[in-house]
Amino acid sequence: MNATWSRFNVTSVVLGFAFLYLPIVLLIVFSFNESKLVTVWGGFSTKWYVSLFHNQGLMDATWVTARVGVISATVATVLGTLAALTLTRYTRFRGRILFSGMVFAPLVMPEVITGLSLLLLFVAIGLDRGFFTVTLAHITLTMCFVAVVVQSRLVSFDRSLEEAAMDLGATPVKTFFQITLPVIAPAIVSGWMLAFTLSLDDLVIASFTSGPGATTLPMKIYSQVRLGVTPEINAACTILIAVVAVGVVIASIANKRREVQRQLDEQAAQRG
Amino acid sequence: MSNIAITDAGPSTSAKPFLTRLAGGFVSRLVIIVPYLWLLFFFFIPFIIVFKISLSQSAIAMPPYTPVLDFRDGISGFFSGFRELSFDNYVWLTQDALYFKAYVTSVIIAAISTVLTLLVGFPIAYGMARAPATIRPTLLMLVILPFWTSFLIRVYAWIGILKPEGLLNQLLLSLHIINQPLIILNTYTAIFIGIVYSYLPFMVLPLYSSLEKMDYSLIEAAKDLGCPPTAAFWKITFPLSLPGVIAGCLLVFIPAVGEFVIPDLLGGSQTLMIGKTLWNEFFANRDWPVSSAVAVILLLLLIVPIMLFQQAQARAQEQDK
Amino acid sequence: MKSLGSIRRDFAPWNDPNAKPYIQFENVTKKFGDFTAVNNLSLTIFEREFFALLGASGCGKSTLLRMLAGFEEPTAGRILLDGQDLRGIPPYRRPVNMMFQSYALFPHMSVEKNIAFGLKQEGMPAPDIEKRVAEMLKLVKLEQFAKRKPHQLSGGQRQRVALARSVAKRPKVLLLDEPLGALDKKLREETQFELMDLQQELGLTFVVVTHDQEEAMTTADRIAIVDRGEVMQVATPAEVYEAPSSRFVAHFVGNVNMFEGKVAERAANTTRITGATGAQIVVENSTDTKAGSDIVFAIRPEKIKVTSKKPADAVNALEGEVYDVAYLGDMTVYHIRLDDGQIIRASALNAARVTEDPLTWNDRAWVSFRPDAGVVLTR
Repeated sequence: MNATWSRFNVTSVVLGFAFLYLPIVLLIVFSFNESKLVTVWGGFSTKWYVSLFHNQGLMDATWVTARVGVISATVATVLGTLAALTLTRYTRFRGRILFSGMVFAPLVMPEVITGLSLLLLFVAIGLDRGFFTVTLAHITLTMCFVAVVVQSRLVSFDRSLEEAAMDLGATPVKTFFQITLPVIAPAIVSGWMLAFTLSLDDLVIASFTSGPGATTLPMKIYSQVRLGVTPEINAACTILIAVVAVGVVIASIANKRREVQRQLDEQAAQRG
Repeated sequence: MSNIAITDAGPSTSAKPFLTRLAGGFVSRLVIIVPYLWLLFFFFIPFIIVFKISLSQSAIAMPPYTPVLDFRDGISGFFSGFRELSFDNYVWLTQDALYFKAYVTSVIIAAISTVLTLLVGFPIAYGMARAPATIRPTLLMLVILPFWTSFLIRVYAWIGILKPEGLLNQLLLSLHIINQPLIILNTYTAIFIGIVYSYLPFMVLPLYSSLEKMDYSLIEAAKDLGCPPTAAFWKITFPLSLPGVIAGCLLVFIPAVGEFVIPDLLGGSQTLMIGKTLWNEFFANRDWPVSSAVAVILLLLLIVPIMLFQQAQARAQEQDK
Repeated sequence: MKSLGSIRRDFAPWNDPNAKPYIQFENVTKKFGDFTAVNNLSLTIFEREFFALLGASGCGKSTLLRMLAGFEEPTAGRILLDGQDLRGIPPYRRPVNMMFQSYALFPHMSVEKNIAFGLKQEGMPAPDIEKRVAEMLKLVKLEQFAKRKPHQLSGGQRQRVALARSVAKRPKVLLLDEPLGALDKKLREETQFELMDLQQELGLTFVVVTHDQEEAMTTADRIAIVDRGEVMQVATPAEVYEAPSSRFVAHFVGNVNMFEGKVAERAANTTRITGATGAQIVVENSTDTKAGSDIVFAIRPEKIKVTSKKPADAVNALEGEVYDVAYLGDMTVYHIRLDDGQIIRASALNAARVTEDPLTWNDRAWVSFRPDAGVVLTR
């Protein structure tokens, strides 16, 4: 689309983003609140950050969440990539419709249903709930998101690159690892990050499928929210937001610089 | 004589997809089977178990239901279990006005929220699509960024804004727009705000994707032929953005029907939604069979929208090719 | 000695009864579902030939190339390379390499690594790979671009990397899919000759797919005209142009005028044709045609002379009016409407800078040509 940005357009975008970011900004601001109340400003203070680090419960939950996140994201990325390959490369096999349904359904399925069903499965096979079950549950959910991300990259992937590799003597397996994988790597990384975030963020499924000793951060935050809040929660949230924001911004900048460099390279090449 | 090694790559029919032939049966089968089995075991089978549990009775036991169709008592035990199956739970659910109301309310709330999200999201997506190309990646990143931060956190932030002593009321009171604090928290209005807020990126992204692909010269051609701007929007822009609209609406509606966190934190005890009901039935009442039945009915309700979503995905994939 | 066309060709294994065919398509058919891309096609290519498959889009020429490379298997028939049936042999085991239309350079690898890729796959030791890559870079004159990535190169440079990569393994056969399609005109002309030189130097067999007639005519030893999965004619450029075997081929390559009529009289080598309105021409004809039967004579524009007065000693001279004329700089193209209504296209090289009595629109003019200036077509 061409760029004639009317006043109406600018207003809608600005208002929209304001709406989107306002609660986050308020959250961050009140994490520095001297007063315990979440709505009355009592002066600037970083005491909640200090007490946060002494809150063993929250620290433990963060550690659990991080481990679950990394493990489930990694396994989910592998499974999701395989699923994406299956969907794009193999157009006719028995049960394809069922497979396709199983990959896309979790994207929209209400989490209460998925959580309940996974819990009942674990009980039925006699698996004790804890770290392992939460991880399995998260893998199942997030692999579908990875599949969608990787699949959309695979669909636009230039197959002639693979044909060229095979023509030059590489077997299909070697072709995949030496050519396909490196080229779709950004999508796979995006998929990993998406899976990690979803795992980090999940409350409902974790509540159903987790067990003693494996309380995740969202579960902890939720329980504290119900009981009564201190800005410690705000502090924890702010840190989380900061970490994510920094990560995304760095990724964005790196991406942009690569794009700019690429454009400069292409222009230089044109001039010979 | 040339040194071509002859291999036994199997029968070469053109019917089999190219990669399957070349990759050799083994690798291809592995690629398909691993995710397939995982999903079958961890996604599909659990639903069957949910259905089975929904047919059994609650019990004071661990797990808190009577084991039905178990192999613990041997084959005879398996078949005797059949006699204990009952649709009692379902009958009870359909007779209980509360559950019926919960389902209906959830669907209505989700539908209204979806429309609201569309109304809020469309101008944003449109504005983004019409932005200068250099800013667009930044805008995209800004839309996605909240999504990377915790959903729970963002909903929690709204509590502080919407409660009677909250920031919104403080602002409105200090500007003398109102005399008494507005009661928004623990009402359906708060749920609407919560859903619209949390699901906005899910609406904006597919909309933006559709709108960005649109060729603006179509609008210019329409204007050139004498079409006023509003008519041009309804006749050209909106129909072309329809795939994005459908995808966005389904991405919001379906999960919203079964949403738990938002009704729980923002809706309070006066609001009734099926996600909360299921949770309470499970964690508070410890009635697993009934929760399962609730889940099954919810799933049946959503089957049609979910299939619509699959179709939309498949169609989008075809178009991208 | 006489020969068709203007160039002498010393390399002509297709005329040698003892020459062994190198690549053979034997009754090859390829179907995609209901659609038949290649229909019972047979073709022979000799070693060290520069062979062109020429045809419009969708005619099946690319399918033939892909079957030779191993990306498709024939539905019926077989393909032989140096006597060996290629059925069942996957592309990574064939001594055939392909240069892709889109170049298909690996974007995450440098020029060096791209060229070395095939050599690594066959397990060549590292120092040998280095040597061969350097050789290839020198061959395509890209030595100082070795470390660059594909997106840092211009279109012409990328094409040369693709070429270097495809010959690095010294394949017996090199397949080229529209190799010059993406280049601009000037570069295309230069590259055509570079390709021919390369082929001679390396002693390879080239099979090129193209829709560009000029490219095929310039570079190829022989051309196969392909239409809807069938070969219409396989011959040298001169034969294809000066002795087309059918109306289709005559129309496909270059421009042509068709004289249709009935056989009026047959002599030893010549035939007199009477057109619909009675105009008569005498043509050289070695086909067996009976008096009164239908006959078609095809003649190229540049073989027809246009004059303002009737030429004195011409065997065939027809009168008409200048319908259209175009000055193209190096030549002039006339469209003459003959008195019987037919429009003839004739062209003349502007060998002199100044013309005496030039023609213009609506002038009366005469077209004349020799009896051997065209061919009689039977299909």
